[in-house]
Amino acid sequence: MPEATEELRNVPSAGGSPGPRGKRGLTSLDVLAGLLVLTLVLRQLLGGVLDDPAVQTWATIFVSLVIQALPFLVLGVVISAAISVLVPSAFFARALPRRPALAVPVAGAAGVVLPGCECGSVPIAGGLVSRGVPPAAAFAFLLSAPAINPVVLVATAVAFPGQPSVVVARFFASLLVAVVMGWLWLRFGKGEWLRPMRRPSVSGLPRWEAFRVSARHDFVHAGGFLVVGGLTAATLNVTVPRSVLDAIGGNLAVSVLVLAALAVVLAICSEADAFVAASLTAFPMTARLAFMVVGPAVDVKLFALQAGTFGRGFALRFAPATFLVAVGASVLVGSVLL
Amino acid sequence: MSREAQSLLVTLLGAASLRLSFTDVYLRYVKEGLRPFLLIAGLLLVVLGVVSLWRDVVARRNPDAAAEAQQLEAEEQAGHDHAHGPAVAWLLVLPIMAIFLVAPPALGAYSAGRGSSTVAKPDTGFPALPKGDPVALTLTDYAGRAVWDEGSLSGRAVRMRGFVAPRPGGGYYLARLTIACCAADSRPVKISVRGAEASFPADTWIELTGRYLPGIERTGSDVVPRIQAVSVREIPSPRQPYE
Repeated sequence: MPEATEELRNVPSAGGSPGPRGKRGLTSLDVLAGLLVLTLVLRQLLGGVLDDPAVQTWATIFVSLVIQALPFLVLGVVISAAISVLVPSAFFARALPRRPALAVPVAGAAGVVLPGCECGSVPIAGGLVSRGVPPAAAFAFLLSAPAINPVVLVATAVAFPGQPSVVVARFFASLLVAVVMGWLWLRFGKGEWLRPMRRPSVSGLPRWEAFRVSARHDFVHAGGFLVVGGLTAATLNVTVPRSVLDAIGGNLAVSVLVLAALAVVLAICSEADAFVAASLTAFPMTARLAFMVVGPAVDVKLFALQAGTFGRGFALRFAPATFLVAVGASVLVGSVLL
Repeated sequence: MSREAQSLLVTLLGAASLRLSFTDVYLRYVKEGLRPFLLIAGLLLVVLGVVSLWRDVVARRNPDAAAEAQQLEAEEQAGHDHAHGPAVAWLLVLPIMAIFLVAPPALGAYSAGRGSSTVAKPDTGFPALPKGDPVALTLTDYAGRAVWDEGSLSGRAVRMRGFVAPRPGGGYYLARLTIACCAADSRPVKISVRGAEASFPADTWIELTGRYLPGIERTGSDVVPRIQAVSVREIPSPRQPYE
């Protein structure tokens, strides 16, 4: 944005009001302040509505989901920002086996030690490919890192206390998806579906600056999607009649597909999705497992990120295949372990 | 969304987390064990937000740094698809407003009415009831024994604390919500109160002393044991609303 830069140079230093897009009179900061004031006013007017038990229940469930997931989100963002700043991407290319068929499971397993939410893993995988890692291995890493890293597994254990089998099932189902997708790419993937990648953005900044910028960026994005998940879960909880939930929850095939589709639409960060899954008490455990396995592997946000990083042609083939593999892996692992 | 607005949201959400966990308000939403993590997460977010705000303001005052920041922002935004980019961050306003302006109450009778109370059979059996006349029990313990180990309750006076939830067809339930992780996964425990003359509005917290009354009320997916009330008195809502 060279124009905006130019414009900003001409702004008197004391003003401070024009935002990054100085052309607009209203900055997002103004809008934010306005929203907060508006709520104060509306709160007086809406007093009666807020006392309605259904509205209160909705609000309580929404707040509890956000609050419960918040520490995990912060932890994940901090660790992934630290990794993106401290670990050079060339390290991964050297650490992997030469043969792609072997590199796939190794890269998939490497996801265990590299916490990062899915928004972070797409650019990392892009960086890996551009540094000579076989795409199949990079995709196995892309799918496993957000799904089975320690932060996610701990969050899952906290969300399902006393049910360690859920954590184990999640781990194996997600690892299975990552490895199967990597091998599928080796067998059927074509290089022409991939588009050249851009370079990561924070290179060249001082370390602390790079850390701060990526942490804030990751947090507001992942946090926004967490709010989407919280809103939806709270709304489902309050509006959908129990009889409907009981009917869907009573049918395993339907409930698996419903929750897998829900995971795609909601796009919750993997560090937070276990809490939403735990709240869907009307559904059988295998369906909730599908929710947690599909979510970090394929959702609307990831699709957009993948299309942006690897090209639309890639995303259009990769995302549906991942969805099918993830649903299959959940049913398979769920029927064995849960 | 500008960088200042992002920084402000981060700061406010951190402050919201601190606000909840400084008092007992957080117990309405999550379990007690999460408190230290809420404090740490809140603190980290406030530091990140405030430092970022400060850097943003410095950058704005200083034309060279401002140009640099612009450059950085442009690069950052080129790096990913914008269809689900910063716009979604606006939603962070919602939890901030909900916490600071509304602070919704703990779940109560409304959730108890919607959730189905199933009584799971514990893996380990029930130990003998502790001494005491009446003996203080949680609703979960009472309901579990009533369904799976009736004998351990017979002839004993018990005392329980919970809130009032309306009973379809008249009378009321003594109810409590149990949470595994946070309020979003709450499940109700309900006990049908017999023999109490006074009635209370929904969500009143009461302490009930009574004797086990055989017979389970089953409606739909609800499994509700019964109790013969001897005395019922209103109490202030407890610090920890869930079991």
